[in-house]
Amino acid sequence: MRNNTGLSRRVFLSLAAAFAAAAIQPTRIWATMTMDAATNVVARLVGELYTVINSGRPEAQMYSEFEDLLDRYADMPIIAQSVLGADWRRASDGQRRTFVNVFKAYISRKYGSRFRDLVGGRIEVEGSRTIRSFFEVTSVAHLRGEAPFEIVWLVSDGSGEARIFNLIIEGINLRTTEAEEVGALLDRNRGDIDAMIADLRNAS
Amino acid sequence: MSPVLRPRLHLALAAVALTALAACGPATLPPAGVVNDPDEQANRAMHDFNVGVDRAIVRPVSLGYGQVVPEPLRIGLRNASSNLDQPLYVVNNVLQLRLQDALQNTFRFLVNSTFGLGGLLDPATDMGIFAADTDFGETMHVWGISEGGYVVLPVLGPSTSRDTVGLLVDTAMNPTRLAFSTPESDYITGLSVTDGLNTRYELGNEIDRVYYDSPDGYRQARILYLQNRRFELRNGGAVDYLDPYAESQEAPYLDPYEDPYAQ
Repeated sequence: MRNNTGLSRRVFLSLAAAFAAAAIQPTRIWATMTMDAATNVVARLVGELYTVINSGRPEAQMYSEFEDLLDRYADMPIIAQSVLGADWRRASDGQRRTFVNVFKAYISRKYGSRFRDLVGGRIEVEGSRTIRSFFEVTSVAHLRGEAPFEIVWLVSDGSGEARIFNLIIEGINLRTTEAEEVGALLDRNRGDIDAMIADLRNAS
Repeated sequence: MSPVLRPRLHLALAAVALTALAACGPATLPPAGVVNDPDEQANRAMHDFNVGVDRAIVRPVSLGYGQVVPEPLRIGLRNASSNLDQPLYVVNNVLQLRLQDALQNTFRFLVNSTFGLGGLLDPATDMGIFAADTDFGETMHVWGISEGGYVVLPVLGPSTSRDTVGLLVDTAMNPTRLAFSTPESDYITGLSVTDGLNTRYELGNEIDRVYYDSPDGYRQARILYLQNRRFELRNGGAVDYLDPYAESQEAPYLDPYEDPYAQ
């Protein structure tokens, strides 16, 4: 009898814990994103990206349009958190908010300046598959004068909407690569987050 | 034992040894962000040296090469240089027991050396026969030898301790080198130096960004090299992606002051 009580208490406690977890992150438990939704995010982003690139607008204006695309198609808060790693935990809310914004502008400038290579080429979405709780969408870039290469996009609805949270070209993923850059800026400023953010504003 | 049988026995023994080696399975590849750099200080010094050499010699010379030599000729020389690497790929493919790749590279070499006018043209690629690039570092990976520590080589740049050994073995056993004596072998060396300059020219902006723009070019070159090398060695195999949602201690969206998605 006592055993039974113990068991049911354990069951109750674990159920309560499960509900608590569900309440904190409802989207994680009842994820409804379909494979089509994941593929669509990438296809729509690529379409809009080409509209911006082919518009022939001045570079500075394009960068702010890329920022807008990141806002709508990428999960910038989770990317920024993941890039900052352990240092995210000691950052204040204000620092986190500033970092997300400055990091987004930095990504737009850095990768935006490479989008010139995309002019005259195309990116074709090939397919997708489920990986644990997210999706891997594969596409092939056909650029002028280059052998076609694969771009892999990782898409999750962990934010509540289907968003891109990483991209991988020839094994090189954005998150790991930028974590090194931000880590280097932090080291250069002896761990001072505000000084790192100030440097990131000027980085390209 | 009859003298006729002896070479066959050697061949059989070698095949058994290779099968045993390959049966061990490839080495485990570290995840994307993992870096093993026990000689960082020496490596950083070598990196600085390489950046100096790049600034003073390699970059300006490669820019001159790219501007002076017309593109069709540059592509022709690149093709010729890559064609001469093909036999070495075949040797490594056999050592890896990747016999399909060995056949592909052999066929490619034959097609480009004949119809491709000694490798200047690349009809094999038009036929859909791509080079299955490889090296002895990859062969050792297939045999189960792990990457070792990160190494920066003089002028050549990023490598690992295993791949440095691989480079030496490749240089020593390269059939193309062994087939020629001077002066032809010197022409081959000249061709690979030219190919290096051409690569520096073609990757110009990317290398400039890492060497001259990154807050820590050493770290950036290291992480780019290791990720790309592991990707090559994975050979199309599955990747264990990092999941920031599972890692996240607290959701980054719960901002009491401002919705990060707000415009």
